[in-house]
Formats: sequence, structure tokens, C-alpha cells
Amino acid sequence: MLTAFAFYLFAAITLLSAMMVITARNPVHSVLFLILAFFNAAGLFVLLGAEFIAMILVIVYVGAVAVLFLFVVMMLDISFADLRKGAMQYVPVGLIAGGVLLAELIAVFVAWRFSNSAEQNIAVPTPDAAEVTNTEALGQVLYTDYIYAFQISGLILLVAMIGAIVLTHRRRPGVRKQKIEEQVSRTQEEAMEIQKVTPGTGI
Amino acid sequence: MIEIWNTYGMPTLFMLMHIGILIGVLLGAVAYYTYLERKVMGAMQRRQGPMTVGPFGLLQPIADGVKLLSKETIVPSNANGPVFVIAPMLTFTLALIAWAVIPVNAKWVLADINVGILYLFAVSSMGVYGVIMAGWASNSKYAFLGGLRSASQMVSYEVSMGLVIVCVLLCVGSLNLSEIITTERPFWVQVMLFPMLIVFLVSILAETNRAPFDLPEGESEITGGFMVEYSAMTFALFFLGEYANMILMSAMTVVLFLGGWLPPFGIDALAFVPGVVWFSLKTLLVMFFFVWSRATFPRYRYDQLMRLGWKVFLPFTLFWVVVVSGSLIYFDALPK
Repeated sequence: MLTAFAFYLFAAITLLSAMMVITARNPVHSVLFLILAFFNAAGLFVLLGAEFIAMILVIVYVGAVAVLFLFVVMMLDISFADLRKGAMQYVPVGLIAGGVLLAELIAVFVAWRFSNSAEQNIAVPTPDAAEVTNTEALGQVLYTDYIYAFQISGLILLVAMIGAIVLTHRRRPGVRKQKIEEQVSRTQEEAMEIQKVTPGTGI
Repeated sequence: MIEIWNTYGMPTLFMLMHIGILIGVLLGAVAYYTYLERKVMGAMQRRQGPMTVGPFGLLQPIADGVKLLSKETIVPSNANGPVFVIAPMLTFTLALIAWAVIPVNAKWVLADINVGILYLFAVSSMGVYGVIMAGWASNSKYAFLGGLRSASQMVSYEVSMGLVIVCVLLCVGSLNLSEIITTERPFWVQVMLFPMLIVFLVSILAETNRAPFDLPEGESEITGGFMVEYSAMTFALFFLGEYANMILMSAMTVVLFLGGWLPPFGIDALAFVPGVVWFSLKTLLVMFFFVWSRATFPRYRYDQLMRLGWKVFLPFTLFWVVVVSGSLIYFDALPK
């Protein structure tokens, strides 16, 4: 009973805040509602017994990604009302994209639910949830069974990251940069000079 | 009816009672932490600290609280009302809910969950929203600068904090806080984790925006930072949240590195003292460290702070994760 109540609470808030993300007038409010949606999705994961994924969702998406979103949206100086003006002409495209996504989800669910051989098609079955915690189960699948796929996706992300940095980084001439090593390696001899001053003469 | 009462009513009532006691103790600790800070800093600077309200100034925190309560809450006319009011509430709530998983003694914990340490990390990583929302909603330059500074500072130091936690978890093999405390660590593992303790102590200073990393609210540069437009109760919530966060981070250090409720240095003769006393004493030790470093170090410059986080701590902790996991595998000491 309590679980069902919690489920409907989290689900309702997730849907409502997801609606608010696209309807809110102020873009910063949109991002804040997005964060609320993430948070409640994490709550749904906890109800499913996937507490590891729930916490990672909060740490990665709420704690890091959404902060950057918020940063960018706060700094942007665009009138979002102007951007919204032509939004209605994209409704058909949006509907098609949404419909395709929905159809795919239904296809996956139906295939999984009603086919007898679906479960045999997984190369490595996940360990029984009753025996290990889901942290261990995920670790087993990610870092042992599918380690190569995991490493390759990591490498691709690394390449993308380096590419982004190389493409956007530029050295501007004439900028005075601090060189910490030079500052630290200064010695007393080269940094100061001690002079003997006789009274009444000055240097 | 009675069945419903027995399955839902009683546990709920007990839970509420536990939560009430925990929050009561915590708020008392927060109030007297401000007193402790002023007294200790007074002693370090050869002053007396608060001494007129009550004996030894013991009633000073209460007088401060009453003062803040009775003041008028001002919401600037150009501020974004709802966000402006939600921000301090969020900061304070987050500082409180993290305590649900902290074990103060064997079995003395509200929720003994599997992923306790991740929960703590998640809650502390959300703390940045209170600050960034306050900075944005105030609609003022200083507040906005403070909010931006704080956001980038907290995100930067979270990375190295996460890697420090990974090091500890490698040696322990569990995400449950009680198991992290009770798992025995050989002496060489403790030695290996010692540099991580130092990194963690510095990171929690930055994470809670305390001196010498208090740039988000650096008075001499950006007046009051993100708190500049806040007054009375909204300010009090930020203040309480900050101090509750410091106590929380101290407790986290105790859980990860100092052995929680167990007697210090594994001396069994001291086990007759209740675990909660040891836990409090150890937490107090780290809390003292917060005050000590505030009274000792001058404020960092902002670019130096970022350099320390990304160019010193991040590579070092990453390297140390490799060292720790490598030596655990070499000595066959990985927790099963």
C-alpha cells in the first residue's frame, strides 16, 4: 500500500515537472523543474529496488550535469519568448519523433513480455537479485562480462572530449598567464637585494 | 484497524520520534557549534569571545537565534520570489536529510541502507543548488558572482572527494556506512589511506565553503556573496545549513577514516565507553579542525583554488586510486 502510494506520488510529480519543463516561461525555472523530474525518477528507481542506479542518477545528473545546464542557462542572454514564437510549426515533427519512440518502447516491451526465448538471447544473464546487491550485479555485468564494450565506449568518450578541447581551445596572444612554477622556484637571491643604508643619505 | 496501526502506525510513530530526537540534538549542536567557534577563535586570537549573555556567554547562541527570528524577512522587489525563498529551505533540508544514514553507534541509524555512502555523496552534491538558486534569484551582481563561484568550487572539489571515497571503498568492499566502520583495516592499509585523509580534510573545507576557501561569501571581495540579499529567517536557514553541513562533513570523515563509534586506536580497554561518545568526540575533533583552519589560514585566491582542485588533487587522487587498487591486488587483500 505504502509502496503504491509512493509510486503514484513520484510518478505524478515526475510527469508534472516534466510538463513544466517545456511550459515554464522562465528558462531557469525549466531547468529547476528538470532537476525535480530527475530527482523523482531516482525515487522511482529506489522503489524498483535499483538503489545504486538511483543514487548515481542523483550524483551524475542532478549533481553535475544539471549544474552545468543551470550555469549555461543563467549566463545566456537570449529572449526565450522570441525563440518560442515559431515553435508551433515544429509540432508535427515532434509528434512523429515522439510516436516513433513510443512505438519502439512498446515493441521492446511486447517482445520481452510475450516471447518465450527472449531471456535466452541475453549473452550473460544478470545475477539473481536475491543473492547479490545490485551494486555487485552491475559491477559484474559492466566490468567483467562486458568489459571490452565498456572500455571501447570509454575510449570513444575520451576521444570526443579531447576533440572538443582541441577544437575550442585557442591561445590568444598578449594574455599574461601566471606561471606557478616560476613563482615557486624564485629564490631569495634573485628576488631581493639587501642594501646597506647609512643614516641621513638614503639609497 | 489494529493491524493497520501495528504495521504502519507504530513504526511511523517510532520513526518520527527518532527523527525528532536526531533533529533536536543536531540543532542544539549547530547552535553551540557557533558558540564553540567564537570561543575557540577568541582563544586563538587572544580575545575572550562571547561572555556577557549568561555564564561564560553560554546563552549567546539562543540570543542570536531569537534576534534572527524577530527580524523582518526582506524579499528584494526585483528578486525571483519563489526561488528566493526556496533556496535557503533547500540548503537547510539537505543538511538535515543526510543524517538519516549516519550511524552514530552500532545499530543507531535511521536508515541502514545498502548504498549509504552514495546517498551521502548525492545529498552533498545537491547542496550546490541552494547556493546557485540564491545567487540567481537575488538578482544582484554580488550574489550572482558568489553563486557562480560557489557552484564551480563545489563541483570541482566533489570530483576529488569522490575519488577519495573510492579509495576507501576499495579497501572496505561495501557501500554501507556501518560496514565501512566495522571492516577491519590492516595497518599498511591505514598508512596508505592517510594521504587521502589529508586530501579529504582540505576538500571538505572547500565543499562547505569555509575559510580558507570561503570565496563564495568572501566579505572583502564580494560583500556577502550569495547571502548578500538575505535577512532574518532566510539568512538564519543558510547559516544553520552551513554549520549543519560542517558537522555532517565531520561525521563523514569520522565514518570513512576515523573508525566511527569504535574506540580510538583499537584499544579494547576503552570499549566500555558508549560508542556514541566516541563518535561525538571524534566528530568534535574534526569540527575543531574547521575552526582551527579558519583562524589560521588566509583566504585563497580564486584561480589558486581552482588550480588546487583540478591540477593537484584530481591527478593525485586518481593516481592514488591506482596505487591502492594495485597494492590490494598485489597483496591479495581485496575485500571479498
